[in-house]
Amino acid sequence: MTQAEPQPQPATGSAPAQAAAQSAAATGRRKSYGRYVLGKVAGAASSLAFVLVLGFFLFRVLPGDPARTLGRGKFKTEEQLEAFRADYGLDQPLVQQFFTYLKNTAQGDLGVSYRYQGVPVSELIVDRLWPTLLLVGVATLLSAAIGVYLGVISAWNRGKAVDRVSTGTTLTFYSMPEWWLGLLLIAAFGVGIGPLPGLFPTGGLHSTEYSGDSPVTLGYLGDTALHLVLPVLTLVLVYLADFSLIMRSSLLDEIGEDYLTTARAKGLRDVVVRRRHATRNALLPTTTLIALSMGFIVSGAITVETVFSIPGLGLLATEALTIPDYWVLQGTFLVTSAGVIVANLIANLIYGLLDPRVRS
Amino acid sequence: MSATSEAPRVTPRQVTRQRRIMGAKRTWASFRRHRSGLFGLGLLTFFLLVAIFAPLLADPESIEVTKATGGVLESPGDYLLGTDENGRSIVALLVWGSRISLFVGILATLISMVIGTLVGLASGFFEGWPARILYRFTEWFLVIPFVPLAIVLATVLGRSLVNIVIVIGITGWASTAMLIRSQTLSIRERPYVERARLLGAGRWHQMSRHVLPNVMPMVFANTTLTVALAILAETTLSFLGLGDPTRVSWGTMLDSAFGVGAMTTGAWWYIVPPGVCVVLVVLAFTLVGQALEEVFNPRLRER
Repeated sequence: MTQAEPQPQPATGSAPAQAAAQSAAATGRRKSYGRYVLGKVAGAASSLAFVLVLGFFLFRVLPGDPARTLGRGKFKTEEQLEAFRADYGLDQPLVQQFFTYLKNTAQGDLGVSYRYQGVPVSELIVDRLWPTLLLVGVATLLSAAIGVYLGVISAWNRGKAVDRVSTGTTLTFYSMPEWWLGLLLIAAFGVGIGPLPGLFPTGGLHSTEYSGDSPVTLGYLGDTALHLVLPVLTLVLVYLADFSLIMRSSLLDEIGEDYLTTARAKGLRDVVVRRRHATRNALLPTTTLIALSMGFIVSGAITVETVFSIPGLGLLATEALTIPDYWVLQGTFLVTSAGVIVANLIANLIYGLLDPRVRS
Repeated sequence: MSATSEAPRVTPRQVTRQRRIMGAKRTWASFRRHRSGLFGLGLLTFFLLVAIFAPLLADPESIEVTKATGGVLESPGDYLLGTDENGRSIVALLVWGSRISLFVGILATLISMVIGTLVGLASGFFEGWPARILYRFTEWFLVIPFVPLAIVLATVLGRSLVNIVIVIGITGWASTAMLIRSQTLSIRERPYVERARLLGAGRWHQMSRHVLPNVMPMVFANTTLTVALAILAETTLSFLGLGDPTRVSWGTMLDSAFGVGAMTTGAWWYIVPPGVCVVLVVLAFTLVGQALEEVFNPRLRER
């Protein structure tokens, strides 16, 4: 859950940038971009290392005996348990298991799937990566773009009807479980309610005449896009508030600033003051938020994929849950966490480039 | 001293009490100006009353599968909102479900609050490597996406109500810690803390007497916001089949509704009402939390 909750942030708003600016001014030193990059990369690397250790800890240390947890009801005899332990190297000392785990993970070996009869987990993940990336990517970009726009309109018309309607609506969508909204949208626009016919496909990523390996034609792209409408709409609606509220509070921070008064005094039109001056500055803190929200959108995508049966990482994980397919769960945990960490790193690097004040 | 002794005797405790009452009155006066906050508070009171008085509103036997009286997925009629696949009244399930949903949300939040506040205070107040390590630790937890981690934890720990609370609690503290840390950093530099330091106050005294009381209002505002997220998290975990199958919550109701295909068979009365309850409660906590944030944070109030 956590940081991307839209609410705690309006309070802090662009506070990090301001605090950074203040401390930079106080020390009078500012790191070069190179050193900033180095620091951020080291931070991301330490996060990755933590995720690796956590992955090991969760799956091999916490349950006491993974063979028993894993094989709840599946292994009848002690021999089967022993065979399982030997298969997965669980009979070795923990320290040795840890090094084997590190070596294997570094080589891209994430173990084999129990459900898919020995198919390597890494292969499964690579197969399922694209639908998730597509869904998460499109949803993030759209909700960021629309959210920022709504936030600007809200802040500029603070307290007026537009602001109240926009804030109220985005907050209501924010309060919905993604998958529940997905189900409602399926009922309304997929199956159709009353006189309304079903407009969009209710599930999957392709129609039956196409598959994941089909040649990329215009028809194929159109078909995929049509299948993505409802799941993307679900995620966009739920995550709009993340962006609109931050943008709103960040722009409200700027509104009292002297440079805006100067811009107005120069005789610039209201629209120009808003677009060229206020919005550009207020956008900066939002950059990092896009990456932070990735973690949540990835989480949301897991349930949305399940509702819309989109063959992505989320569906892979939820299918693995019922078995439970241990190494598939571990693999999806490692890959999604790593993805979010890398996305955060990229956003931080861009932020540092756009706003030198944070490099302190 | 002689001048004060002639005045009516007032103990320091009475003074503090007076001040606290005044403070609470001011907070309420300021909160009352937020219409959305009041709306949220009203909603919240309603759901809390429903949860507390559940036994009066619906017979506890009415949600036992073996004692169900209705037909399978009966549409609204005899029962106000119809029945579920076991013939239980949806209204009774909603009433009893509010208990579990609110319980999980509030308890999980308490766990994240305690961890988050302790880590945040410590990493904001100490200097040098302990602070750096705590800060890193918080950052690590902050970037890990919630659902994958929760899935893993819930699978490993097993499915029970207590585990759900633990899972949500220990995955949600990082953002609180970050917020408390930044608050602590700013309070630490204020003149009164400096004065206490110069007068020889130890770290513990500074933290417990000066920093913590000043951070508390923000912790409180953040708590209400986190409860909203914890309730959402409970529905998501239930939907993924990680909820406690023996308890009725709004999340497990939604999960079974999805499981029996309530949406495709048109049994809207099974899937819409629990979702609406979740939305209303989450919205209520969010609105109250936002209003509190504005009340407690003067920087926001000025705008």
